[in-house]
Amino acid sequence: MNKVLMKGNEAIALAAIKAGCKCFFGYPITPQNEIPAFMSEELPKINGSFVQAESEVAAINMVYGAGGCGVRVMTSSSSPGIALKQEGISYLAGAEIPCFIVSVGRGGPGLGGIQPAQSDYFQATRGGGNGDYKVPVVAPNSIQEAIDWTYKAFDMADEYRTPVMMLIDGLIGQMMEPVSFENQSCKEFDRSGWATTGTKGKRDPHIINSLYLEPRDLEIHCLKLQAKFDLIRQKEVAWEEHNLEGAEIVAVAYGITSRIVKNSIEKLKEKGIKMGLIRPITLNPFPVEAFSNLPRSVKSLISIEMSLGQMVEDVKLASCGKYPVDFFGRTGGVIPTPEEIVNYIEKLVKEGK
Amino acid sequence: MSTVVFKKTEGLTDKTTHYCPGCTHGIIHRLVAESLEELGVLGDTIGVAPVGCAVLAYKYFKCDMHQAAHGRAPAVATGIKRARPENVVFTYQGDGDLASIGAAEIVHAAARGEKITTIFINNAIYGMTGGQMAPTTLIGQKAATAPLGRDPKLAGYPIKVSEMLATLEGAKFVERVSVDTPINVRKAKKAIKRAFEIQLSGEGFGIVEVLSTCPTNWGMSAIEALEWLRKNMMPKYPLGNLRDDNKGDN
Repeated sequence: MNKVLMKGNEAIALAAIKAGCKCFFGYPITPQNEIPAFMSEELPKINGSFVQAESEVAAINMVYGAGGCGVRVMTSSSSPGIALKQEGISYLAGAEIPCFIVSVGRGGPGLGGIQPAQSDYFQATRGGGNGDYKVPVVAPNSIQEAIDWTYKAFDMADEYRTPVMMLIDGLIGQMMEPVSFENQSCKEFDRSGWATTGTKGKRDPHIINSLYLEPRDLEIHCLKLQAKFDLIRQKEVAWEEHNLEGAEIVAVAYGITSRIVKNSIEKLKEKGIKMGLIRPITLNPFPVEAFSNLPRSVKSLISIEMSLGQMVEDVKLASCGKYPVDFFGRTGGVIPTPEEIVNYIEKLVKEGK
Repeated sequence: MSTVVFKKTEGLTDKTTHYCPGCTHGIIHRLVAESLEELGVLGDTIGVAPVGCAVLAYKYFKCDMHQAAHGRAPAVATGIKRARPENVVFTYQGDGDLASIGAAEIVHAAARGEKITTIFINNAIYGMTGGQMAPTTLIGQKAATAPLGRDPKLAGYPIKVSEMLATLEGAKFVERVSVDTPINVRKAKKAIKRAFEIQLSGEGFGIVEVLSTCPTNWGMSAIEALEWLRKNMMPKYPLGNLRDDNKGDN
């Protein structure tokens, strides 16, 4: 396999182009700036279009325009910028427009900081836009996985006619790893039934819209969106299990934190403590099934995050009170060390929790 | 033998519009649709409807349409035009949508010289939500949120959108028109058609500001509203071309 050394943000941008992305609309914000910079250079070479929009709000609405006329399109931003895009994401979901949104998380609230954080789990999985909608969210933990899921995300977006978000953090965005673009496999989709391309006088107009003034019509539309998400739940949920056999305690961690936890697991082994890991890859839908058949040895769960506790709520919902659920996290851009996780787990075990 | 001397444009559907009696949206819809039909581009056109009174414009124009979030039509149109440069793209926006919440989007679409056409309906009030003050509401003009009339000490001054956009190099065609009389309707049609021609020639951004009436929220009859427009709006928003860079070339 041919491998190249690439920065996370640039690898995602290149994967997007290989997936057929023709348009990128974005606004500068750290730590995702390599994505628009890459796109501004590469998209014109393939007759695509790059626009540095006047704001994140404008950028997401440009996505609405390009996606609505059936072209593969993406935007990327970081926490405060994703906050601004929420209105547009609600419209994209409502109007069923396929698109890819990359969120490279940094510390918050407010202007926060620019160091890596996972404090936008709620922002990604719950969303801040109005209405009954859900957006699939994937959270890779390596640059290779980010590439592979970029292909999948574009396909999912087209298959289900929905925005798809990739949530990473500044670490995955900024670090370099050896990666391969060889296992690319994007599907072809027929968008001729809905995309706005001009009627050519041969068909009825296509309308990209999220307005339904009759309550019953809107309810039917929302039920359709819900059914679509249920299908995604059945077919697209992904997670990784690690070291579960014989584990007494199971950590739940996603993205870069899962890799730190894997180091902690090795260190805990030396101390005779058996810890396993469930790593949600799709954060929305959350991999509830992962918690239904845990080994009998498991006594408790702990959600480990770079936040003050957001995914922990999904872990509690998924485990339905079968296990006590603890939490460990650092926030504000502070990255937990394997040692401090080890110390925390040791303390838990000593206290018999 | 009978000959057809007038027929409804192919650019409009047969749906009954929701516009109030005396409102000039209907005339302006027709002028846009006729222009697209006469230029032979109806089948290539993608329109963008705003939030406001024209929110349902996607039901009335017989071409592909997007319904945009409030104020974002120029950004949506930018996305469409960049994705499909071969299509004709227009936005149809009111004064609240374009000059208030969407001020950034229209200014930057014009500054970038996006090859789109904007039809800007200025009736100096928010119609759909019930007559609130708009950025174009005149000094002293009463509105639901300016019950004593717009006071510049509290609410500032009306925005002259066309004059402002005409300062931008990317805006290649800027004209303010009115549809209060048959002769002005003809002039408005000419300007709208010219704005689309500017797009077709690839020159850049074009906007036509159309002074419009809102008898319902102005609290007037249709006739009184037209008179009020002539007496009050036209002096503040003078009709005429503000920019047409390559006028002599045709």
